[in-house]
Amino acid sequence: MAVRITNRTLKSFLASKKLSRALSSKVTFNWEDPFDLDSQLAQDEIIIRNSFRAYCQEKLQPRILLANRNETFDPNVMLEFGEQGVLGCTLKGYGCANVSSVAYGLLTREVEKVDSSYRSAMSVQSSLVMGAIYSYGSEEQKEKYLPRLAKGEILGCFGLTEPNYGSDIGAMETKAKYDASSKSYILNGSKTWITNSPIADICIVWAKCEDSKIRGFIVDKSISKKGLETPKIEGKLSLRASVTGMILMDNVEVPEANLLPKASGLSGPFACLNNARYGIAWGALGAAETCLSIARQYTLERKQFGKPLAANQLIQKKLADMVTEITLGLQACLRVGRLKDENRICPEMLSILKRNNTGKALEIARNARDMLGGNGIHDEYHVIRHMINLETVNTYEGTHDIHALVLGRAIT
Amino acid sequence: MARVLVGVKRVIDYAVKIRVKPDKTGVVTDGVKHSMNPFDEIAVEEAVRMKEKKIASEIIAVSCGPTQSQEVLRTALAMGVDKGIHVEISGKDYDTLQPIHVSKILAKIAEKEKADFIIVGKQAIDDDSNQTAQMTAAILDWPQATFASKIEKGDKDITVTREVDGGLETIKCKIPAVISADLRLNEPRYATLPNIMKAKKKPIAKMTPKDLGVDVAPRIKVVSVEDPPVRQAGVILPDVDALVGKLKEGGFA
Repeated sequence: MAVRITNRTLKSFLASKKLSRALSSKVTFNWEDPFDLDSQLAQDEIIIRNSFRAYCQEKLQPRILLANRNETFDPNVMLEFGEQGVLGCTLKGYGCANVSSVAYGLLTREVEKVDSSYRSAMSVQSSLVMGAIYSYGSEEQKEKYLPRLAKGEILGCFGLTEPNYGSDIGAMETKAKYDASSKSYILNGSKTWITNSPIADICIVWAKCEDSKIRGFIVDKSISKKGLETPKIEGKLSLRASVTGMILMDNVEVPEANLLPKASGLSGPFACLNNARYGIAWGALGAAETCLSIARQYTLERKQFGKPLAANQLIQKKLADMVTEITLGLQACLRVGRLKDENRICPEMLSILKRNNTGKALEIARNARDMLGGNGIHDEYHVIRHMINLETVNTYEGTHDIHALVLGRAIT
Repeated sequence: MARVLVGVKRVIDYAVKIRVKPDKTGVVTDGVKHSMNPFDEIAVEEAVRMKEKKIASEIIAVSCGPTQSQEVLRTALAMGVDKGIHVEISGKDYDTLQPIHVSKILAKIAEKEKADFIIVGKQAIDDDSNQTAQMTAAILDWPQATFASKIEKGDKDITVTREVDGGLETIKCKIPAVISADLRLNEPRYATLPNIMKAKKKPIAKMTPKDLGVDVAPRIKVVSVEDPPVRQAGVILPDVDALVGKLKEGGFA
């Protein structure tokens, strides 16, 4: 049903605008931060964010165009992340910075403003690999691996998903059998869609043991060479600046000292994934913010039919929707971040956060791509790269639909 | 080993589009992004490198301004400075604060802290004064090495390469000395997360100009602040003769 804006409605709308301006005479709308998120951050969180933002914009952004076009991952990036202290930054000890969860989110948001590939690599190393060893590893394992992982000197990957089982990971086929004579576990199976696996030094592999319980193993490539292959997956059109591969295990021997002693059952990997999801929720909005910024600038500058594209209501509505979703999404991230630091979160909160933010970010990127017209398909305008990346970000760590089912079950 | 004093100023971020206030009394600063003056970042970096090379034993950063100046001090601490001093100046006093006042403050603090070097940025990007280093040196009667693009420490002196209009000039200064940092002196580091967290425990001492016996009464009066004139359209001329004619008319030839 069409609504006609009459003169009377317009007048009262303008009158209310005058009133609101009188009430809040000093506050002006800032499309980049409508709810003044900055004022909700601690001083050190702001300094952390600003420092990393400068690094991302000055050192990472210039590299991403060619890295994406030529599908190259520069391992120096991980060393640079290590230097900045952003890897495993929420952990305490072992050379980690012990910053707040909100600070971690601010970091993932800044790096994903450049590209989701770099944020994926950062999430995997920090939340999945270091998180698994920190939460479930023995003291020896922590001392052996965490400091070097924090510096980016060694890379890790997280082997959970399999070719036949993704969402239904409880039915995984990778098996671990204990061999008393060699005091090791023999692993058989395959994992796929594993970020970093071709270049990783260690793989945190989750396998079903003989008691049908799922446990985690630190598969160290320098120790368990025989039967282990980590081929790269070719033909990926998304997250091209990140290396993705498989983990193929044919009777791979893993010493029993490399079993993660404190994890048993799916709760282990799921807790790691929840930490990663939290970072992803912030990150996806970073990518969305870049798309919004580029789309806004483009439509302000490009003129057709005698006026800028941005003068058209259709464009304005799309920009309004983008700013709205990003603003609300960030507030949700902040809330969950603060709850996380108080140890007051549960997985369903992260389902809401990850599902909403990645889904909305993908839609924002798609709209932004459209607003750029023909230029929108060119990688020099960046938006299409974010759009294609967000397809993956929306899917991994729990697809949009799966999180919906998780929530549906929890609600009912 | 030397004790180093570094001056850092909180200015509007270089990337921000400056807007003049409608009442023409100044520029809009409310809600606008501020950061450390880029040349001061270079000064801090040089001081931190001196400490890493064991030339300096302690670095103290000083900032004059309102409460928000502490943010800039925290960043300096995160880059490796040992302690900060915030000289609280706000409101009208801050609006009319000039290098002459700041240099007196720095001189007093340098005496108190027994500094061997004072390093500041060559100029601030908001007022472009390029006076503080020179005035501070004059007040203390110390040698000054301004527009430094390279600093080498000898036994009892420093050799500084300066970027001047004619090229590069190399001078030797006795210590103690005042140095102002130019663009190519170094590339400042990004504050790493562990250092930012460590900086939270480093002290920031607070004081007022009165505590130092410095009078910050205004010596200038801001009459008005206006936008630069809008650029006029150019004229396309048919040939070189017409150009020469126009130049002569304008008194340029």
